[in-house]
Amino acid sequence: MRILIVEDDTEAANYLIKAFREAGHVVDHVSNGLDGFARARDESYDVLVIDRMLPKLDGLSVIANLRAQNVLTPVLILSALGQVDDKVKGLRAGGDDYLAKPYAFSELLARVEVLSRRSRPSGGEDTVYRVNGLELDRLAHKLTRDGKEIPLQPREFRLLEYLMKHAGQVVTRTMLLENVWDYHFDPQTNVIDVHISRLRAKIDKGFEPPLLHTIRGAGYMIRDGHW
Amino acid sequence: MAIGKLFRTTAFKISLAYLILSAIGASIVLGTVGWNMKHLVEEEIAQTIDADIKGLSEQYAQGGINLLARRVLRRTRRPGAKLYLVTTPAGEPIAGNVTSLPSEIHDEQGYFKTTYHLLGDPAGKIHHALVRVVQLEGGFRLLVGRDLEEGENLRQILSNALFTSLFWLVVIGTLGGLWIARRVLNRVDAINANARAIVAGDLSGRLRLAGTGDELDRLVENFNAMLERMSVLLAGLKEVSDNIAHDLKTPLTRLRSGLEQALRTAKSPEDYQQALTKALEESDGLIQIFNALLSIARAEAGAGREGMVDFDAAGVLRDVSELYEPVAEERGIALTLKLGVGLALHGSRELISQALANLVDNALKYGAPDKDNPNIKQQNTVELSARRTAGQVEFIIADHGAGIPEADHHRVLERFVRLENARSRPGSGLGLSLAAAVARLHNGCLHLEDNGPGLRVIIRLPAAPLNVIEERPIAVPGKAA
Repeated sequence: MRILIVEDDTEAANYLIKAFREAGHVVDHVSNGLDGFARARDESYDVLVIDRMLPKLDGLSVIANLRAQNVLTPVLILSALGQVDDKVKGLRAGGDDYLAKPYAFSELLARVEVLSRRSRPSGGEDTVYRVNGLELDRLAHKLTRDGKEIPLQPREFRLLEYLMKHAGQVVTRTMLLENVWDYHFDPQTNVIDVHISRLRAKIDKGFEPPLLHTIRGAGYMIRDGHW
Repeated sequence: MAIGKLFRTTAFKISLAYLILSAIGASIVLGTVGWNMKHLVEEEIAQTIDADIKGLSEQYAQGGINLLARRVLRRTRRPGAKLYLVTTPAGEPIAGNVTSLPSEIHDEQGYFKTTYHLLGDPAGKIHHALVRVVQLEGGFRLLVGRDLEEGENLRQILSNALFTSLFWLVVIGTLGGLWIARRVLNRVDAINANARAIVAGDLSGRLRLAGTGDELDRLVENFNAMLERMSVLLAGLKEVSDNIAHDLKTPLTRLRSGLEQALRTAKSPEDYQQALTKALEESDGLIQIFNALLSIARAEAGAGREGMVDFDAAGVLRDVSELYEPVAEERGIALTLKLGVGLALHGSRELISQALANLVDNALKYGAPDKDNPNIKQQNTVELSARRTAGQVEFIIADHGAGIPEADHHRVLERFVRLENARSRPGSGLGLSLAAAVARLHNGCLHLEDNGPGLRVIIRLPAAPLNVIEERPIAVPGKAA
């Protein structure tokens, strides 16, 4: 995956470059908004990671200008401003996701990977998600594994739906809270873990292979065990 | 005290205004009385003149000019100040104590005001008189007059009275005004000096009450209330910064000393890994505290008001309950939910959710039955409910745990306050303060009650009109999905 990082703090940028390369991605870096805009417009990237406060041209203007030029590359905004209304402002400017500083790299990586997948036209809005023998029918609100129907609570259904939509990708607890519960705060106790273990008991217990995996220090992933 | 300052006081200006108004009033009253008096006196004089003329005319009709002249002569000899004159049609005097008719009224009839001299004193004092001249049959003229001295005297007395009273009014008014101004100014000066001393030095000082219960005392009471509020806020600020210092420095110290120790003693990569993992945990805790502090500060500053929407509180509490239900089950606590109808709220769904989540989190954390005390039969439940009462939406989060001593109910709402037995458990001590700040942001309140045993947290928020409930407004579009 090709990633462009627009970040004026050199140390933070170097850390990001190193970490993304370790994760197997190709990374470019520029340190001001104008260069960021030019590079993002002229070259093709899978994801742009843009700091909100930048010299020469601020992050939100970079995004707005890119969108005005019909550059639709997914953008993740990084910012020290982390409140809900800041996020809303960032997303309104044309950003696709928003991450408040300080963040865990695993969180950033998971979000960037989800964004890049989203930009591909094939990764999409199927009505049925399938992973191994697990089949989730979004229209009929039905879940089966190896042909056996598994009853789910509405919230469990949405949780699994989100995980299966991003099958093969790490999904963090925060992403689940934001997208399944629409909460943008930290509920202190690890409530998500308990929901996941409940879900796991329903879809993995008594079946082989296990599909819902815990990724240490990052989050969760639905994945075909043989894959 | 400088006299100029006295003249500039409000009290003096008010006295002066009253003084001018009373002077005008007094002048109007006395002037009217004087004018009416004069009028009355002249009317009375005219009446006696008329009666005289009538009598003399009758004499003339009976006995002709001779009888009239005799009567007039007799009357002029009487003491008193009546004026009489009878003349021929040509104007030559026949009888009377007036030498001649004044030329300007010679041919006129009716009442006139005129001046005259007494016979023996032609150069003396000018007298004023009211006279009437009538023409008798045969062309003779008769003049009868009365001196106006009496009326004049009355006028004089009244105008003297007017000026004397005006003089005293001004003197007493000015002095009184100065006296009142001085009194008020003295007290205001005392208050000012007092206030300056408090501002310059010790804010715990209070203004002295005069004990009169008047408006200045009320002003002083309000000043004192203001000072009281400031002291409370300052003390709160100090406590907050002390607590921030303590609660942020404690994990920072742990972080630093952990890293230092790793540098000094760690030998294997495993040692380093362990130290770093520990450091990461500590910094995550710090970030959590920071975020909570920022949320509280923003809620208290009124941020987030622009993002307020109408929503159904029942849905919000149901979502929070559902979020924590598995956690409760895992801890062996039954989470019950009771929802009323018509729970419309206007506000920040996100912040209210967060506040409720914090409270439920607390209830599950501290509300577990006290295992060390088997004597008390405690229920293993945390009860959530929301209902509408008198224009308010009331959330209740009740547990049956150890509870919080009554005396600490107020204190735990402050930032970072964690009771001793909670210090060993995870948490920033900010959950309750955030919930309270969110309640205040929505013009509501949060208070704590004893649940016997356990704690009951009650949040009351002003309800929104019922017709505006929207189904789940989305705060942030889930674009990453």
